[in-house]
Amino acid sequence: MRIEGPAVCLPPDIDTDLIIAGRYLRTKDRSIWAKKVFEDLDPALSGRLNGAVIVAGKNFGCGSSREQAAVALKEAGVRGVIAPSFARIFFRNAINIGLPLAEADLPCRDGERVVIDLTSGRVCSESLERPVAPLSARMLDILSSGGLVEFWRKKK
Amino acid sequence: MTTLSEQILGAPAGEYVDRRVDRAYVHDGTGVLTLETWKALGGSGISCPECLFVLFDHIVPANNSTTADLQHELRDFARHAGLHFSDIGGGICHQLMAEGNALPGEIVVGADSHTCTLGAFGAFATGVGATDMAAVWASGTTWFRVPDSIGIHLTGSLSGSVEAKDLALTYVSRLGMDGASYHSLEFIGEGVSGLSMDSRLTLSNLAVETGAKAGLFYADHVTRRHLGSFGHRVMPQEQGDCNYRVEYHFDAGEIVPVVAVPPRVDTIRPVSDLAGLELDQVFVGTCTNGRSEDLSRFANIVRGKRVKVRTIVAPASRKVLENAVKTGLLMDILAAGCTVLPPGCGPCLGAHMGVVGEGEVCLSTSNRNFRNRMGVGGEIYLSSVSTAAASAVAGEICIAGD
Ligand code: SF4
Repeated sequence: MRIEGPAVCLPPDIDTDLIIAGRYLRTKDRSIWAKKVFEDLDPALSGRLNGAVIVAGKNFGCGSSREQAAVALKEAGVRGVIAPSFARIFFRNAINIGLPLAEADLPCRDGERVVIDLTSGRVCSESLERPVAPLSARMLDILSSGGLVEFWRKKK
Repeated sequence: MTTLSEQILGAPAGEYVDRRVDRAYVHDGTGVLTLETWKALGGSGISCPECLFVLFDHIVPANNSTTADLQHELRDFARHAGLHFSDIGGGICHQLMAEGNALPGEIVVGADSHTCTLGAFGAFATGVGATDMAAVWASGTTWFRVPDSIGIHLTGSLSGSVEAKDLALTYVSRLGMDGASYHSLEFIGEGVSGLSMDSRLTLSNLAVETGAKAGLFYADHVTRRHLGSFGHRVMPQEQGDCNYRVEYHFDAGEIVPVVAVPPRVDTIRPVSDLAGLELDQVFVGTCTNGRSEDLSRFANIVRGKRVKVRTIVAPASRKVLENAVKTGLLMDILAAGCTVLPPGCGPCLGAHMGVVGEGEVCLSTSNRNFRNRMGVGGEIYLSSVSTAAASAVAGEICIAGD
């Protein structure tokens, strides 16, 4: 699996309340989450996410278990997220909905082209390359199926 | 020997295992997306309806017609599928599970991050997202990576107005917001046996604020008595020598009342440092501090006085509320000028009731003070119940007299 896009840099400890605020959870309309993603961090950010790769600091996705956080990123067009570490529930959620994550410590420059290559287990920017903590075989399988629902259907 | 997490999951740390879950629960918030995803799995059926719980607590009673419609659908589904169901006013999901619905040695998953609360009973309890939960509905199983464990070693006992919440905020600040990522916490040491069940629930509740997957206590005489009152007979769990990745030591006798300052749970200051900070709202309740012991502490401090700032009290469950009525505590709380909400999460998640406005400062007994969590532009300080009660009476942050 190979993903690439311009980097959007974010600080460490981004919590799921910041990704999508609690006040927007009561709906089934996913387009609302895409519009309101990161509203409390920087309302202009959602406009830059389509096709982008988020490169964040450690502990990305901490806090609430809301899966809408991962869904919001995907709906907004985020191709993948690179961070030195992820909060574990967010990590499972993202894989389950088919949003690629790479656990790696990659210095970030806004707009720089970055690549996530989960098959070879590395991420790189224009000047640097870093190894990615490997995903379990099943996680890779779920991810490459496009998420747990698709994985499950395939299995049946 | 093995850690409690390893004992319950039946494999050494680092291994991936598939396990049948004993109980699984969702609330009105996460249940909607779980139901959607379960449907998308393609009519897979429900594997074990008697293991599944749907508990309405987040936005209760419904605040508008969108929420009402979503709740209507989930309520109907829960009833028709024969799942355990608790409607509005029943209480917070974790508290309802703590009232006799989670037992030592069980594997419990909840579609809410504070599912770790139930580790207080020696259950392996952890939060999952909606898609994982949908798969649990359909298959009764899920996978885990058996976590390494961190020992939280307790000695001494809490004294005066110092509460388990102060100890909890202290350990969170020592470990940091990701200090226990991918790990479980195990609360051990001779300081544990003197902790009440309500105190243990508070300590386990905050485990996820360090990134931990679970926060476990070994079942003992306290667990036995608590679960005995719900008709369960449980055996104590044996703690052997096991390898903790690291151990942190806390002498409960040295813990002082603290406040977590916005916007991080792991940034604490002694209450004395913040004394005099003016408040706009005080909120007492949540899955952290809305239990009977908490309401009783609160009532003991506000009894016969008037709060100087708007103060909201939300009992964690109907049982807690009934208890407060029976013992007369509720009358004390009302007479002091507090507003009492129906059992549930109330203002905690800033979606319904008790939302704070731009520039307002709230002192809350909850577990998260993230930016905008209780309302856009509001600031949240976290404290114990005693600190919240004394501050409500003073109208500003102040330390409770012993
Ligand atoms: S009380 Fe707050 S932290 Fe607890 S379950 Fe409800 S919203 Fe979550």
